Amino acid sequence: MLRMEKPQDVVAPPADAVPAATPVEAPRIAPDTVGDVTARDAVICVRGANVHYGDKHALINVSLDVARNEVIALIGPSGCGKSTFLRCLNRMNDTIESARVTGDFRLDGQDMYARDTDVVMLRARVGMVFQKPNPFPKSIYENVAYGARIHGLAANRAELDDIVYGSLERAGLIDEVKDRLDDPGTGLSGGQQQRLCIARTIAVNPEVILMDEPCSALDPIATARIEDLIDELSEKYAIAIVTHSMQQAARVSSRTAYFHLGRIIEVGPTDKIFTNPSHKLTEDYVTGRFG
Amino acid sequence: MMANDGDRNRHQLSPEETRRRVNAGLRRRYRSEQLFRFYGICSVSLGVVFLLVLFGTIIGNGYSAFQQSFVRLDIHFDAELVDPDGARDPEVLSAADYSLLVKSALREIVPEAGSRAERRELNGLVSAGAVFELRETVMADARILGQTRSMWLPLASEMDLWIKARSAGESGEDVGGRISANQRAWLERLQADDRIELQFNKAFFSNGDSREPELAGVWGATKGSFFMLLVTLLLSFPLGVAAAIYLEEFARRSWWVDVVEVNINNLAAVPSIVFGLLGLAVFINFFGLPRSAPLVGGLVLTLMTLPVVIIASRAAIKAVPPSVREAALGIGASQMQMVFHHVLPLALPGMLTGAIIGMARALGESAPLLMIGMVAFIVDVPSGPMSPSTALPVQIYLWADSPERAFVERTSAAIMVLLAFLLVMNATAVWLRSRFERRW
Ligand SMILES: Nc1ncnc2c1ncn2[C@@H]1O[C@H](COP(=O)(O)OP(=O)(O)OP(=O)(O)O)[C@@H](O)[C@H]1O
Ligand SMILES: [Mg+2]
Repeated sequence: MLRMEKPQDVVAPPADAVPAATPVEAPRIAPDTVGDVTARDAVICVRGANVHYGDKHALINVSLDVARNEVIALIGPSGCGKSTFLRCLNRMNDTIESARVTGDFRLDGQDMYARDTDVVMLRARVGMVFQKPNPFPKSIYENVAYGARIHGLAANRAELDDIVYGSLERAGLIDEVKDRLDDPGTGLSGGQQQRLCIARTIAVNPEVILMDEPCSALDPIATARIEDLIDELSEKYAIAIVTHSMQQAARVSSRTAYFHLGRIIEVGPTDKIFTNPSHKLTEDYVTGRFG
Repeated sequence: MMANDGDRNRHQLSPEETRRRVNAGLRRRYRSEQLFRFYGICSVSLGVVFLLVLFGTIIGNGYSAFQQSFVRLDIHFDAELVDPDGARDPEVLSAADYSLLVKSALREIVPEAGSRAERRELNGLVSAGAVFELRETVMADARILGQTRSMWLPLASEMDLWIKARSAGESGEDVGGRISANQRAWLERLQADDRIELQFNKAFFSNGDSREPELAGVWGATKGSFFMLLVTLLLSFPLGVAAAIYLEEFARRSWWVDVVEVNINNLAAVPSIVFGLLGLAVFINFFGLPRSAPLVGGLVLTLMTLPVVIIASRAAIKAVPPSVREAALGIGASQMQMVFHHVLPLALPGMLTGAIIGMARALGESAPLLMIGMVAFIVDVPSGPMSPSTALPVQIYLWADSPERAFVERTSAAIMVLLAFLLVMNATAVWLRSRFERRW
């Protein structure tokens, strides 16, 4: 199919296309946002995104970059549009009939919402881990192998085995499941299930991983394991993570974006957001006076 | 009532008062719960009682049809009578009058029946179907001609009823009205000679319909029903599932999807006879398909079953948790892959259950079949979906309408066969559900 051709061939890499970040220029790109929404070596660039659910304007004029090899945390009070934003990045909002997405979304410079963009290809490159662990009701092996199989990543059974074992290993799950790969994935504990879902996502070898509150259903120990995992994965992947835990955001991310009522109020290095926020709303939120 | 803060504090209940009030309420709650249980048990028992009465009557009336009385006669296969020229020509063999053999065998046992009337009475003992059996024996192997063989031949239905009543310890007066005193005496003598026996009624399970009750069987109707259900299953399941998947997963919400949805729900409630009229108008009058064919019956039942299958399949698809869809889409499965790899396997047990329940309804349906000519009297067992046949419920209707007493027990027996099929189908539905249902 024509649509399957590599996007890089069509559009020049964005690293040069996006102007170098300067504090002067930032307000021009995102007048509503304090701080610099751009990033060096960005893999995802969003400019002026708006999302409507029917009459509800859920995301208002949002601009943000996600750089390669960085973990960016999206924080904010409930209902402020974090999940909505995240779901725009791999077009999961397409499945919601009332959702209407406008704005400029680019993955490696290529327009994600262009007519000739293949959504299957996009989702293979931008993987997603959901709030509630949702393994397929199939065996552990099948769970991880599925993505590789539908995308035709493995030429034979040995390669598929490699992908499955490698992904389980990187997800830190291999020791716990290597003797029962044929057991159903739904029979694992919550934390194991979430790591299985992460293994399933990285088995497709995506460039970006989106995580929507991946630890909200887990206990502190399982959470710590996932956080370690995110640390390791950040060497290879760009990760955008939605979290309600300020500590978690502080621990895993290098940049943080604060959402409020559908807008990004402030973006900046994580330590600055938490120790010295510029905007009043951000300060109220991180100091616990709001949300 | 609005109250200011002071009032509210005054109305605050003390712990003792709270406990007392809860206690008072508790008794009332338990009482209503008990009452409800009582109602529940009552309605369940009522249902069970009716079911037992129904089954009791049907089985009580019908079990005797599974047996048939036979008489042992020494048949002399007289070559002169059957094949006068000795050419063993199959046409001559099949056209021969085998009743003569039966008659002469009977006369040997009861030589005193001399007058014409007595002979007629005597010949009336044995079923008219006995000659078919003799013909078959000769056609199978003509070398039997000239020999004498002892054979069990079915008794006529009135004799059969009387014998059965007698063997059950009754006088047989109520069923013996059409049996003469002579015949009773002869039957008693044959019984004393051990020439009469109740045997398993094979004819009931292997024959088509017949005017003679002792020859009538359900096999023709069963096969007709089978072909019909086959057509219905092969058409309604794939069509219904495809329609359900399209409507649930692919169709965008729009006014015409709503129209389709309303119409499907309406179709499920249309009286079945209307589908019969439709089938008559479309399949027979317009497309020129043959009357009384299981194919047409199956098409009509497909129309009837389709909405049920669609509704059940849509419910099954809706019951698949959205997290599974998101998971599949999230790693880049296409819509099609998501549906066929993840949604369909989870929805399949529900779909199968819906289909089987729809089929069970179709199996018991008779009204639409009356309209397309499946009510005809058809003796031959159908050989395929195009050959004329009838269906089990229609056969029951036909027999229930017949004047012969012996059809009463056969009606009940046919109902038992139908119920057995329904039981098997519904048990299959339960089994499929428990076999394929997975927790997630
Ligand atoms: N499918 C939908 N249909 C209509 N409105 C929706 C839908 N999904 C989200 N919304 C609305 O959009 C707004 C943003 O929702 P979103 O799920 O993005 O919030 P969130 O920041 O992820 O909140 P939380 O932290 O509670 O998950 C909310 O006001 C919500 O009510
Ligand atoms: Mg959310």
